[in-house]
Amino acid sequence: MDIATLVQILESTLRLATPLLFACLAGIVTERAGIFDIGLEGKLLVSAFFSAAFAYYSGSAWVGLLVGILSSVAFSILHGLASITFRGNQLISGVAINFLASGMTVVIAQSWFGQGGRTPSLTAEMRFGRLHVPGAEAVADVPVLGSIAQIVTGHSILVYLGLLCVPLIWYMLYRTRFGLRLRAVGENPEAVDTAGVSVVKMRYAAVIIAGVLCGIGGVYLSTSLSAGFVREMSAGRGYIALAAMIFAKWRPWQALGAVLLFGMLEAIANRFPNLDLGIITIPNQFMTALPYILTVIILAGFIGKAIPPRAGGEPYVKER
Amino acid sequence: MSSPQSLPRWADILLVPILSLLLAFLISALVILAIGEDPWEAVKLMVSGSLGSTYGWGYTLYYATNFLFTGLAFAVAFHAAMFNIGAEGQATMGGLGVALVCMALPWPHWTLALPAAMVGGALFGAAWAFIPAWLQAKRGSHIVITTIMFNFIAASVMTYMLSHVLRPPTSMDPATPRFPAGTNLPTMHEILAPLGIEFSRSAPLNITFFIAIIATFGVWILIWRTRLGYEIRAFGKSGPAAVYAGISPVKITVIAMLISGGLSGLMAVNNVMGEAERLVLNSVEGAGFIGIAVALMGRNHPAGIAVAAVLFGFLYQGGAELALWTSIPREMIVVIQALVILFTGALDNMVRLPLEMLFKSLRRRS
Repeated sequence: MDIATLVQILESTLRLATPLLFACLAGIVTERAGIFDIGLEGKLLVSAFFSAAFAYYSGSAWVGLLVGILSSVAFSILHGLASITFRGNQLISGVAINFLASGMTVVIAQSWFGQGGRTPSLTAEMRFGRLHVPGAEAVADVPVLGSIAQIVTGHSILVYLGLLCVPLIWYMLYRTRFGLRLRAVGENPEAVDTAGVSVVKMRYAAVIIAGVLCGIGGVYLSTSLSAGFVREMSAGRGYIALAAMIFAKWRPWQALGAVLLFGMLEAIANRFPNLDLGIITIPNQFMTALPYILTVIILAGFIGKAIPPRAGGEPYVKER
Repeated sequence: MSSPQSLPRWADILLVPILSLLLAFLISALVILAIGEDPWEAVKLMVSGSLGSTYGWGYTLYYATNFLFTGLAFAVAFHAAMFNIGAEGQATMGGLGVALVCMALPWPHWTLALPAAMVGGALFGAAWAFIPAWLQAKRGSHIVITTIMFNFIAASVMTYMLSHVLRPPTSMDPATPRFPAGTNLPTMHEILAPLGIEFSRSAPLNITFFIAIIATFGVWILIWRTRLGYEIRAFGKSGPAAVYAGISPVKITVIAMLISGGLSGLMAVNNVMGEAERLVLNSVEGAGFIGIAVALMGRNHPAGIAVAAVLFGFLYQGGAELALWTSIPREMIVVIQALVILFTGALDNMVRLPLEMLFKSLRRRS
């Protein structure tokens, strides 16, 4: 494998890791507040559709971004309504949200555009353009630095926003009062309630933040990674993000590492459909399944122990 | 929070699910209205397309057979307080088991092939459920996440098997060759013809339907009439209490998941052996997930699951007819299904709490 291929793979690793990163951070925020969220997949999908549709109608990617986020937040609030207000089963609500997104996007897309459940292709001005890191051109000919610059530069602005979200979410969770309370709500809601903080409000705040993050991830899928929406375009990324979240043990910086790893697996699988290692040939399907296999191994506690927030999945019932 | 007794039994079993279902249908009707179609016409089309002929019934009950197996599978695990979201993967692997059995021997007659295929499907499905069950029981990994991961792993295994191992070398299509004729199961047409009853020749309903009915009774007996069923329910209600009563959590977790996976795997007898008569990619077509909705609607009771399975069979066949005759896409069924799961499953309390208040005030007055 030569340098050019390596640079190419690393470049597409960053691109493919971005939607996972947004969804993974979204998962971290809700689960830290004690709400299971297996509806990440559905939120990515619904936001991918509405952002592409409205970017097409308005001709602006930014309008798409806004509508995409709004649609994802609407689904988040639905999840909050079911799992916080009506104390329903959070897993069931997540399953319903994934189905709702999967069906609704195609039904509406067919009704609006009549192209078999997809949006028309987006032109350059309806998508997020490539952002060039200043100075990247200047060092292009320097041996190592040039390659690194080539990997880092020329991505959609949302890729850099994703990278920026990692320290932001970390700061929010570990360095603010809000973050402390949010984590406490996921570990011991009774204590938070006793301290006079509303568990319900904290949990709603968490699912809404997750809705915004997941929304940006979905927008990225249809307006940056591809040019328009096609059915089921989230393609299980919400579940891989869930896997990455466990892999990272619900911590933002480690989440970045996990999504980069999973993104790289996808990039390698795309580049080399059948990976020839000389002795054996690894089939593409194995690379596709690897994130899931790794997650099962991690969950089983063979490589360190993944301990979820203690109050996760339990609806909070205030004592009377 | 009000006590569970505040609703009469009939209201709990019938009224709450029916009201939830009506809400789901109402919103579905609004969606149909919003995309510029007539909901009333849609309902008429669905009813006539799925219940108006033996052809329609043949499809409705064929789908219902699939959903019965996956619904029962979900319910058995749920009684042991486990959320088995992996019926999709277990049924996929069941398909592999059924296909391997069907292609292993030149079966002379279906009466021999059927029991063997059932064993193959159930074993493969159970094996695929065993690993998550064992990891949950022994290592404490969350069964929801592991079964989700196993669905994806099953999909990859299936793609690999069909494109590299089972595909005949002359074909480009990732599928097995057609199974030998001795494995072809009798269709409902062939079963009813000697009795002088006309049944559509082209509908896929086959003898597996009766196996599903037997399985429904079997699960009822298992859960409510056997010692093992009692242990499963006791463990599901309260793990610590069950342990105190001498019930082994590891044993119950593993056995409940093996039964659950086995039932999911049995589904493959219907769709792989009975209908397609060969193994193709994505043969399960989401039936594993619909099992969740079916079990939730049926309140995890075999009788309720049977009713819900037929209802979803009707939705599936009716939805296909809609897609054929109107501009409403087939995905409308997925929307309806999502709304049913949402209202009967997650938003249950939205219907239940106002009803409880209503019944309380009625009782006070009388």
